[in-house]
Amino acid sequence: MLQPKPKSNVLEKRAEIIAGLKAVLPERAVIGDDVSLKPYETDGLSAYKQMPLAVVLPENEAQVVAVMKFCHLHGIRIIPRGAGTSLSGGALPLADAVVIGMMRMNKILDVNYADRYAVVQPGVTNIAITQAVQDEEFFYAPDPSSQLACMIGGNVSMNSGGAHCLKYGVTANNLLGLRMVTIEGEVLEIGGKHMDAAGYDWLGLITGSEGQLGVLTEVTVRILHSPEGARAMLAGFASNEVAGACVDAIISSGIIPVALEFMDKPAIHACEDFAHAGYPLDAEALLIIEVEGSETEQTEMLARIRDICAAYHPVSMRVSQTAEESAAIWKGRKGAFGAVGRISPDYLCMDGTIPTSQLPNVLKRMQQMSDDYGLKVANIFHAGDGNLHPLIMFDANDVESFHKAEAFGADILKLCVEVGGCLTGEHGVGIEKRDLMSVQFTPAELDQQRRIKTAFDPDWLLNPSKVFPLSGLSAAA
Amino acid sequence: MMTPDTEEALAAVIRAANGPLLVQGNGTKSGMLRPVQAAATLSTSSLSGITLYAPNELVMSAKAGTRLSDIETALAAAGQQMICEPPHIHGDNQTIGGIVATNLSGPRRVTGGAMRDHVLGVRAVNGSGEILKFGGRVLKNVTGLDVAKLLTGSFGTLAVMTEVTFKVLPVSEATGTIVLRGLDAEQGVAALSAGLGSPFFVTGAAYLPAEKQALLRIEDFATSVKYRTEKLAAQLGAYGAVEILGTDDSKALWRNIRDCKFLDISEAVWRLSVVPSAGPAILRALAPLGVTGFLDWGGGLVNLAGPADQATHDAVCQAARAAGGTWWLMQAPEPLRTVVDALPPEPEALAAIRARVQASFDPRGILNPGRLRAA
Repeated sequence: MLQPKPKSNVLEKRAEIIAGLKAVLPERAVIGDDVSLKPYETDGLSAYKQMPLAVVLPENEAQVVAVMKFCHLHGIRIIPRGAGTSLSGGALPLADAVVIGMMRMNKILDVNYADRYAVVQPGVTNIAITQAVQDEEFFYAPDPSSQLACMIGGNVSMNSGGAHCLKYGVTANNLLGLRMVTIEGEVLEIGGKHMDAAGYDWLGLITGSEGQLGVLTEVTVRILHSPEGARAMLAGFASNEVAGACVDAIISSGIIPVALEFMDKPAIHACEDFAHAGYPLDAEALLIIEVEGSETEQTEMLARIRDICAAYHPVSMRVSQTAEESAAIWKGRKGAFGAVGRISPDYLCMDGTIPTSQLPNVLKRMQQMSDDYGLKVANIFHAGDGNLHPLIMFDANDVESFHKAEAFGADILKLCVEVGGCLTGEHGVGIEKRDLMSVQFTPAELDQQRRIKTAFDPDWLLNPSKVFPLSGLSAAA
Repeated sequence: MMTPDTEEALAAVIRAANGPLLVQGNGTKSGMLRPVQAAATLSTSSLSGITLYAPNELVMSAKAGTRLSDIETALAAAGQQMICEPPHIHGDNQTIGGIVATNLSGPRRVTGGAMRDHVLGVRAVNGSGEILKFGGRVLKNVTGLDVAKLLTGSFGTLAVMTEVTFKVLPVSEATGTIVLRGLDAEQGVAALSAGLGSPFFVTGAAYLPAEKQALLRIEDFATSVKYRTEKLAAQLGAYGAVEILGTDDSKALWRNIRDCKFLDISEAVWRLSVVPSAGPAILRALAPLGVTGFLDWGGGLVNLAGPADQATHDAVCQAARAAGGTWWLMQAPEPLRTVVDALPPEPEALAAIRARVQASFDPRGILNPGRLRAA
């Protein structure tokens, strides 16, 4: 992957820069030796590695401001990082960049149940927000599979989704306010604790901006009361087409389940081996459908869904009877990446979105590509909202296998755009899909986005080399 | 007035413009915020028609000048609806482009999200006359910067939207409303908070001061609505006398709340958004000035009407500011709208960025100059 040329004047002054950072931050907040820097050379997209110039771990907003002012003054590039769980290489360092890691800003500052918000620092993990409010039976809705590790700052930066966004929306739909430090070291207060902001929707623009516009120091999220209960069911089908048609029928019936997940045969087998959730091994495609409400409501809703599924001649159908059974069903799904990791030494996880009616067509063409490339693919899919997660299996020790996997992945994403979808539904562009952006956007559309970034970051110091193809970088900067 | 009937023609109008343009749909919202000084008007009213509707994918696209009422009719025919319930406070001629450009949402916003939460994609022409599309037609999309959200609520000051794509949802089988009577505003909002903080998925939560009523709506399948309204009514019984309304009465009531029929529209109208618990104090603080109103969004949306003068406006802004919230001047005579802050002023650092972002779309500053803030 092509990277911008490191600034030689920055590389040459590395020792001075580290000393300078130590002058504005506590000693413990600056990492400058290669052994300690090693864990920061990559993120969840471990195929790419690059040691950074230095890492800083600020403990409060004032320290973030100090880092930004220092780096701005000296023209040093900055890579913001949360937990490093990005699957698109969003936190991949540059040789001449300072990584600003937010994990020490991990406090929950305020929780208000009457007005239903929580104010947290960016290094709080996604699950920790729910854990902090669950005694009052509240929760924070977006639930990416990495929720045990991923941090809310990263969720905001990537506009993360999860399995339950069919009902509850993605990160952008669950935010009220942010504090963000600009490259000049100015603190911006965006939104607040109330709904909607007068003037431009900065909250909407910043969410999902992948660290291109500033560094977050505080996030105000909406919290919701938990439903009375939830229950999942499984339905296995004889083909992907039939399962896809059944998804259509459920949505068309007026039922919006809280989650509607799809797995193809390779994914079913990998997950069953891992979680022993009772997935049907004879099915070609499996739907996991979850509903919420009281016992009676769950039963009634699941009965309606069973009736719809029955018309598509399922090879198996099972409604979980207990919370434990539902948990096992979700364990298989949420552990899918790990499960595939057990059957293949390495995999690339794609993240395109398609119109749901295109599902059978896209799966068929993906199978053809899999045969052509000679690489296996397992499909996990947020079926209700069209967000695909093909897992392409390859061997990282075999360079050719890796390059084939990358090309296969690119072909899948081009197919997503061709059928009316997009390159990424929830993982972000990062470095992985940077060079595919011109498949989805015209040069004028990319330039308009570059100009917005320039309005926030005139010298392109914030997470450069991500999101936007390098070819247009110099023209815009 | 220029009313191009293709996107290309609209782009050509913008490229050829040699001065400021008043950008509008059917112009129903021209009384909101600040007036625009422009010799020429560019309207999207001739860009009309639904271009995509896939009920099974919960998505619709329509050209910007399509009337909201036509969209609602098409959705209703398939048993679906706009999720955010846009208010019909500007008559029946308002366009979908106008709703998106002003990010106007109704009662369901409290749990279902605002217009900005459901916009999936836009096509637009920027101030240089470039035709651009952002977002798309799929429900999840994080590809690049979310320019579609930035354009939503931008009042035509960045680009002229020519087509919008948005998420829709099925109309619920049934609607129920819990009416709690005899409550003052504090008790009313406490009851709304208790309802919104329950597991029963309330989709509307309003307080009417004149009627002393707190109202909570539940929408779902009929058996669910019956179960949840009864359960919630039992929980909230301690707040006051309870009545439960059925589907037809509920729909009529919430349509009136959506359209601000409970607002005594006199000279000036404001919309404030604050934390729900701050709503009652705002009503009380402004009452001596002749400002009346009602609360929606659990208490957080304060709809107000009152005298159109500088002192009253300042008091309204001060009330919103003190509650850490925001305001929109929704209606007032032009002289007042020209001199006051129709929106909260921006801090200096944000103002500088805003000016650069605006210039990045519209370097000549010709699209609705002064619509949001004095130049």
